[in-house]
Amino acid sequence: MSIGLEIGLAHYLVVAAMLFTIGVFGIFINRKNVIIILMSIELILLAVNINFVAFSAHMGDIAGQVFAMFILTVAAAEAAIGLAILVVYFRNRGNIAVEDINMMKG
Amino acid sequence: MQEFSFGQLSFLAGELVLALSVGELLLIGIFVSKYGASIVRYASIAVLLIFAFSGFILNGTGSAFNGAFISDDFSHYVKALIGVTAAITLWFSRDWLKRENLDQYEYSILMIFAVLGMGIMVSSGNLLTMYVGLEMQALALYVMAAFNRDSLRASEAGLKYFVLGALSSGMLLYGMSLIYGFTGTLSFAQIAIVLSGQESVNMGIVAGLVFMLAGLAFKISAAPFHMWTPDVYEGAPTPVTAFFAGAPKLAALALITRLITGPFGEISQSWVQVLVVLAVMSMIIGAFGALMQTNIKRLMGYSSIANMGYALVALAAGGIAGVSGMLIFMSIYLVTVVGVFAAIMQMRTRDGALEGIADLAGLSKSNLPLSLVMTALMFSLAGIPFFMGFFGKWFALTPAFEAGLTWLVVVALLASVVGAFYYLRIIKTIWFDDQAHTFVKAPRSLTLISSASALLLFPILLLPFVTAPARALIEAAAASLF
Repeated sequence: MSIGLEIGLAHYLVVAAMLFTIGVFGIFINRKNVIIILMSIELILLAVNINFVAFSAHMGDIAGQVFAMFILTVAAAEAAIGLAILVVYFRNRGNIAVEDINMMKG
Repeated sequence: MQEFSFGQLSFLAGELVLALSVGELLLIGIFVSKYGASIVRYASIAVLLIFAFSGFILNGTGSAFNGAFISDDFSHYVKALIGVTAAITLWFSRDWLKRENLDQYEYSILMIFAVLGMGIMVSSGNLLTMYVGLEMQALALYVMAAFNRDSLRASEAGLKYFVLGALSSGMLLYGMSLIYGFTGTLSFAQIAIVLSGQESVNMGIVAGLVFMLAGLAFKISAAPFHMWTPDVYEGAPTPVTAFFAGAPKLAALALITRLITGPFGEISQSWVQVLVVLAVMSMIIGAFGALMQTNIKRLMGYSSIANMGYALVALAAGGIAGVSGMLIFMSIYLVTVVGVFAAIMQMRTRDGALEGIADLAGLSKSNLPLSLVMTALMFSLAGIPFFMGFFGKWFALTPAFEAGLTWLVVVALLASVVGAFYYLRIIKTIWFDDQAHTFVKAPRSLTLISSASALLLFPILLLPFVTAPARALIEAAAASLF
């Protein structure tokens, strides 16, 4: 039963591309909550990780997996800083609805 | 495989000094309660200056960690500029932060972390080093933008900068993953070798390159990735904006330069178009966006978008001439922008800091020195001949003209004509409108820096005994990339 059911590099790349697109759209289309934007950012970074690990496994080169570990670490730092800024913003503004982030036009 | 040796550490001496001292400074800041912030600030300035000149003093060229960290004339020159601007902006921010009750030692620490990240970016010889440096710089800058925790505008600026910055690193990373997948290596030198062996460029590599350039365009605020710039410039505390306008832009431009001359030098047909589109859109949006602004920090945001466009014109021309044109332009721009923000920080009445262009009205009647300084700076930004700003644009646009991009030069000239309108409008407000405010006496650091910057913009620097060594330095820096 191997009628094109073999999961190869292309499948991983397509999944990663889809996750990446969902993440980008999540940032731009979402009008409700900033937390969703933070989740979308994580989604983008994880899509990249899938890409790196898939390429790395496909080529048998370890560097891509090392890179994925770095991305995971930086993503954690990034989420911490993002949440900290969000808390500061919430204290000043009283809510975190995306359409209310409009003190300055643009 | 290159063997590791301790001798290689001399290539990253500047970064090591920053990284080792930042921990000590953090401890001083925590445990010394009374003058902690001041001690940390002056120590940080010293450390930043050591970082700036360590490259030139040690003058080691080579690479460490298997080519992941490159030290050459280009990185020495760019790091010197970054370190000096960071030290100056840290020095003159003291008074502003004190008056806004923001004088905390974390400010200096964050600046050192940002400069450390920039140093790694400028020297990166590998996609991994590049990413780590870029993120180190960006994470520190997000926090700095939101440094005024009690201000709604500052926290909004920080939030916007964070979201768009994180998106841009995501795009950059996606590009990197494609480059890695289609070339099979992370090292810049290896990528160049792989690409030079191919007769036609793979679509995956082109897509990766475009994603990477888009991510980097966010960092230099080139249109169409400029949305965050005016808001962050307006919302962030003014000394932070002064820092944002200078060093990070130069670091990201240097990184773009390294990418397009190093790993992707062989496939220039794939990136010239991207750079040209970014340059044209930046110049047009920067010029027209600034026309209607009433806040001077916001106006400087649009002005920086336009100026990044001119720098990209020089890069699009390529070659040693293009890179040295970009370096000359950015050096002059950094001098100007530091002076402009030192002048903006002098706009303060007893009730607090002012940011409106209308608040400058009639400044010539109450504060003649500041008006003269401001006038010289604005003339230079507008590119009026015989101010240094004119020569900056001259050196940025000439290589593009010689490379046959005549229409791009014409667009740049038209954009700078539109730009001249809003710079001249500030001068008109200063000299011909009725007086609006009397500013309080500015601290010496600000008047000193703004006057020094205005004086440097007079073409005294064109005297041959100054110009020749400076040109030689910049051309050596540009030539080291090829």
